[in-house]
Amino acid sequence: MDPHPNTVAARAEAPEVAWARQLLAGDASAFTPFVESFQAKIFQYTWLMCGQREDAEEVAQETLMRVFESFDQLRDPAQVKAWVFRIAKNYCLMKRRKSVFAPTRELSLDELHPNHDGDGQTLQVADAAERPDAAMLRGELGERLERALRALPESYRSVVLLRDVEELSTAETASILEITEDNVKQRLHRGRLALRKELAGYLEAVQ
Amino acid sequence: MNPRQAPDPECQDIFARLSEYLDGELSPEEAAHFEAHIAACPPCVEFVESLKKSIDAAHRFHSPCAPEHVPAEVAERLKKAWAASLARRGPEK
Ligand SMILES: [Zn+2]
Repeated sequence: MDPHPNTVAARAEAPEVAWARQLLAGDASAFTPFVESFQAKIFQYTWLMCGQREDAEEVAQETLMRVFESFDQLRDPAQVKAWVFRIAKNYCLMKRRKSVFAPTRELSLDELHPNHDGDGQTLQVADAAERPDAAMLRGELGERLERALRALPESYRSVVLLRDVEELSTAETASILEITEDNVKQRLHRGRLALRKELAGYLEAVQ
Repeated sequence: MNPRQAPDPECQDIFARLSEYLDGELSPEEAAHFEAHIAACPPCVEFVESLKKSIDAAHRFHSPCAPEHVPAEVAERLKKAWAASLARRGPEK
């Protein structure tokens, strides 16, 4: 098996890093792709952390404004994503203070075990005529994943969003969330286990 | 992998630390040890595969609610802020 499917070193330079280099050099052709890509990323993070569409749109715009106002201070384009998310997370927190805070619950390894209460419902696929097509299942998976992410305690959710959805490193995630790297690793693993448990049946049917 | 059956401590260890393995955070010795166990343990293979699938789904996740475009007047303000920031930096390089 491939042991390291998602280490940073294994991937080519991310497009946003190249766009950041271009923007630092004054190349306006990178402006629209940079803005649209980060707007979607910040929106998605805030949407899943705050749950309010208007908040997520505002946070995305406020973050991008702050990013461009201080663009000359971006020292290392390779760090652009972590830099943007550090700003976004602070705006997101400001929104959250206004909303009701759910108490954070710790997930124990025991409750995340396969078959503890049974894995997420398995799709019963009777015969070819009733089999839903792959695209529909993927769409359904997206919705299920979004619901499963929302159901995570928020300290786990923020880590899973930054590490697995945005593919930031452990060190970057620790710095953005102001927690230790060990804490990132522990929350990530439990968050992943919870998502796996929730999605197991669907994933079998889709892939 | 079922805690109600007598749990194999090695399976439990893999359950507790699989992310460290997948993220390349184990020592080569520990990783080799994991691999040797997994190669001979069908329930662990199944578990590893399902966790990898779930992580992979997260990598590909895009919220269907995210807007694709930025309103033109917002883009205009952002562009001005960018230009002003670069101008402040001065014409070096
Ligand atoms: Zn095993």
